[in-house]
Amino acid sequence: MAVKVIIPTPLRQYAGKQESVEVQAATVADALSALTSQFGDLKKHLFNEEGRLRSFVNVYVNDEDIRYLEKDKTSVKAGDTISIVPSIAGGANPERI
Amino acid sequence: MATKTGVPAADENQPVTLSKEEILRYSRHLIMPEVGMEGQLKLKAAKVLCIGTGGLGAPLGLYLAAAGVGRIGLVDFDVVDFTNLQRQVLFGTTDVGRPKISAAADRLRNINPEIQIDTFETHLDSSNALELFKDYDIIVDGTDNFPTRYLVNDACVILGKPNVYGSIFRFEGQITLFGYPGGPCYRCLYPEPPPPGLVPSCAEGGVLGVLPGIVGTIQAAETLKLIIGQGEPLIGRLLLFDALAMKFRELKLRKNPECPVCGEHPTVTKLIDYVEFCGIRGEEAPSTVTNIPEITPKELKARLDQGKDIYILDVREPHEYQICNIHGHLIPLGELPKRVHELDSSREIVAHCKSGKRSAQAVEFLQKAGFKKIANLKGGILAWSDEVDPKVPKY
Repeated sequence: MAVKVIIPTPLRQYAGKQESVEVQAATVADALSALTSQFGDLKKHLFNEEGRLRSFVNVYVNDEDIRYLEKDKTSVKAGDTISIVPSIAGGANPERI
Repeated sequence: MATKTGVPAADENQPVTLSKEEILRYSRHLIMPEVGMEGQLKLKAAKVLCIGTGGLGAPLGLYLAAAGVGRIGLVDFDVVDFTNLQRQVLFGTTDVGRPKISAAADRLRNINPEIQIDTFETHLDSSNALELFKDYDIIVDGTDNFPTRYLVNDACVILGKPNVYGSIFRFEGQITLFGYPGGPCYRCLYPEPPPPGLVPSCAEGGVLGVLPGIVGTIQAAETLKLIIGQGEPLIGRLLLFDALAMKFRELKLRKNPECPVCGEHPTVTKLIDYVEFCGIRGEEAPSTVTNIPEITPKELKARLDQGKDIYILDVREPHEYQICNIHGHLIPLGELPKRVHELDSSREIVAHCKSGKRSAQAVEFLQKAGFKKIANLKGGILAWSDEVDPKVPKY
């Protein structure tokens, strides 16, 4: 089933600079795996070494946090929107590097 | 160090009233039933602490002062610089070099001399946050870094004070109300700050100047609504704003029973200074790169003047190259692995970026790829501007 994954601004550089990506998936896990197989660089920003979602990244199906659904086993249906929402601190002056 | 300016806040034992001048000043509030005299008196009695007087704090301070919030505390330690003026509309060109706190207090006092402005020129940390917060009803988080955001959140939860949260990244903002009794807190959403190394670097820095204006103004609106007790506060709702798409979206936020600070079995029971291991202002991990050969700008200039064949490799982003360059060959750090064949390992190569960190990574990568005659320009193009060619603009 085709679902839309919305890529947040900080991660767009790892996803071909796209705002959203359409993937075929039946669950959130499928969708994220389809996404990271298409954009390998995204993987380390979404998952830790154990393959679990990082604690500063939340995933929503439509307007609901998957932590309060069935986590990555949450099913998705055609037309659903998955949002990746990382924490952002703000600030226009990152350290000079 | 706290200093107070303006009219003292109303004595809590005395009924709050409005003077004739105040009635005229606030008449557009007073004639609206949602605010009215009752709401305006609540505003006058309210005490709001603004953490940060930068991009978010600017519109926030301006609107809270104009609206007649009786006591506004400002916390900042910074000095106004030229790069602030693109978005920090509290400040003017003549304020450059002044402490933000002083410039902000002057501006707010000019907007509304009827209110009290408290200024705290200090770094917020675990030793002073609770003491600073305790006199205020509402805390507004207008900071720009993870350690302070976690500190503000935890202090608000411990003291039971609402935390009006706003944060920004380039074109995107997040706004919500944390710490309201029964509602979620920042750690319900994100239990821990990101580790160093996985936060954006300066290659991805910058912000559309108007974005903090929009987000800070929404924070001001939420603060005013909370004080007058009108409308639907952003409790349990995360508002996402994308200025490029010009879209607002709303996601549900829930109080997490396992939250490390406001959950049933809290593990965070005192304030934590994350600064020690988590860089401030979104900086990357301290470089672990060691033994990188370096060349100073003056040495490079001397060698070029001697006619040495040196290949200058610029690993910044194309939009940075457009701001200024020293005629290097541009290969952004992220593209280096797949474009390494463009480099000739028999030539002497000097890599540079803005200030030397990204190019150190490039040098390390190229050394591993077998390059021997390679060095990092110490201090980057900023040092080149300082030490060799002041015509190169700094950014």
